[in-house]
Parts: sequence; structure tokens; C-alpha cells
Amino acid sequence: MKDLKSQASKSATPGKQGGLNAEIQSRIGHQLRAMYDDVVRQGVPERFADLIRKLDAPADTPQVRDDGGSNDRNDGRS
Amino acid sequence: MPLTESLRDDILASVPSLRAFAISLSGNGDRADDLVQETLLRALANIDSFQPGSNLPAWLFTILRNLFRSDYRKRRREVEDAEGNYAKTLKTQPAQGAHLEFEEFRAALAKLPQDQREALILVGASGFSYEDAATICGCAVGTIKSRVNRARSKLAALLYVEGAEDFGPDETVRAVIGTNG
Repeated sequence: MKDLKSQASKSATPGKQGGLNAEIQSRIGHQLRAMYDDVVRQGVPERFADLIRKLDAPADTPQVRDDGGSNDRNDGRS
Repeated sequence: MPLTESLRDDILASVPSLRAFAISLSGNGDRADDLVQETLLRALANIDSFQPGSNLPAWLFTILRNLFRSDYRKRRREVEDAEGNYAKTLKTQPAQGAHLEFEEFRAALAKLPQDQREALILVGASGFSYEDAATICGCAVGTIKSRVNRARSKLAALLYVEGAEDFGPDETVRAVIGTNG
């Protein structure tokens, strides 16, 4: 990783060239996806699986759906 | 459309990328999960307005992005703290080398203007087309393209030119973290 970075540093002259060096472009793309995919790989936290399961429950708990998107949810947070 | 089981499964399947998007936007894991939760509640409450056959992830990302936008105005100061909090978010990182690299990259990403950051993430990481990203952000396709280009140029300048001087401190941090394990 370090090697790649130091190579990139030497060859990077954005601003002088019209476009970005292709190697740097692909490096940025790679890092962006690596960072993002790291979170994606964590899957669905139980909290959200529960939430959807509850909201999906049979219609005898209709008041649960009334919560959705209301401002009440912001109450304890600021 | 009504909340069918398959729609519910599709929403659930979008949660991992919604979280990744939320963390990329907010830089704060706890806040990102609150954003995702609000997004899900809002989506489920408005599920009737979702058009069957249209792009569900794009619809959910639009909701999340709008929530973040309205929240962002209220919480500008917290957002400025995003860099510091990101370390906590990534506690589960297995490889320390990768962790450091993410930190550095994330710090650079946090320096981008909001518009550019979200455009870059949607196109470069979430895998949306320029057209979908334009729909999500409520702007023209050409605007998305130019934001993505500007974001890439700025990241390149931050990471690969200016960043070269950070080599010494990085080594120190690496050593410190290494002794913890």
C-alpha cells in the first residue's frame, strides 16, 4: 500500500495536466469502494431487521406505522 | 404499492448500502444508523407512493439523502466533528494497515464540499448511474458529472500530493497502534 502511495505521489501532478492520472483515478475508486464495502459487509444489524419485522407484523398493531416519519422521532436528540 | 413480503425483503437487502451511504455522508456511525432508521420508517410509512418496478434503492437513497440534508443544516457543528468520530465507527476493522488508509481517505473525503462528496459516493461506491445519482440529488446529469470530476481532482490533490508529507506521522501512529494489539 505504501509503495503504491509513494509512486502515486511522485507521478501525481493534477492541475498541471488536463485530467487526472489514470492510476490515481483507479486508486481513488478502489479506496472509495473499499471504505464503502467495509460497511456493506457488516450486513443488516439486528436493530433494522427487528424494525422491519415489527412493522411487517399483522394489522393488529396499526399504530406502529403511524410513527413513521413523524417529528416525534427527533424528540430526545437535540 | 402495498408492503409485500418481497418488497420488505428488498428493503432489508438495501440496508447495508444505505448504512454505507449514511456513514459516508455523516462520518459518524451512530448518527448514520439513526439516519437509516428514519429512512426505513419514512419509506415504510410512504410505501404506497413507491412505484412498483421503479428503482427501490434509488428511492430509499433519495429519502436518506433528503433526511440528511435537512438534518445537516441543524447539525453543522457535529458534522465538522465527523473526522474524529470516524475512528469509532471503524472499530471493527480487522487490518490495521487498511484501517489507517481508510482513516486517511475518510479525512480527505470529509474535506470535500457536501455536493461533491455525495455525488462521488453515489457514482463511485454505491454504483448508481449518473442518471440515478442525478435523480437522487435532484439535479442535472451534467451537474453530477462535474461534481464527481471535481471531487476526484480534489481527493487526488489531498491524498497524493499534499499527503506525501504525512509519511512520518503515519509511521508513528502505525507503531502506536501496533503496540496495542
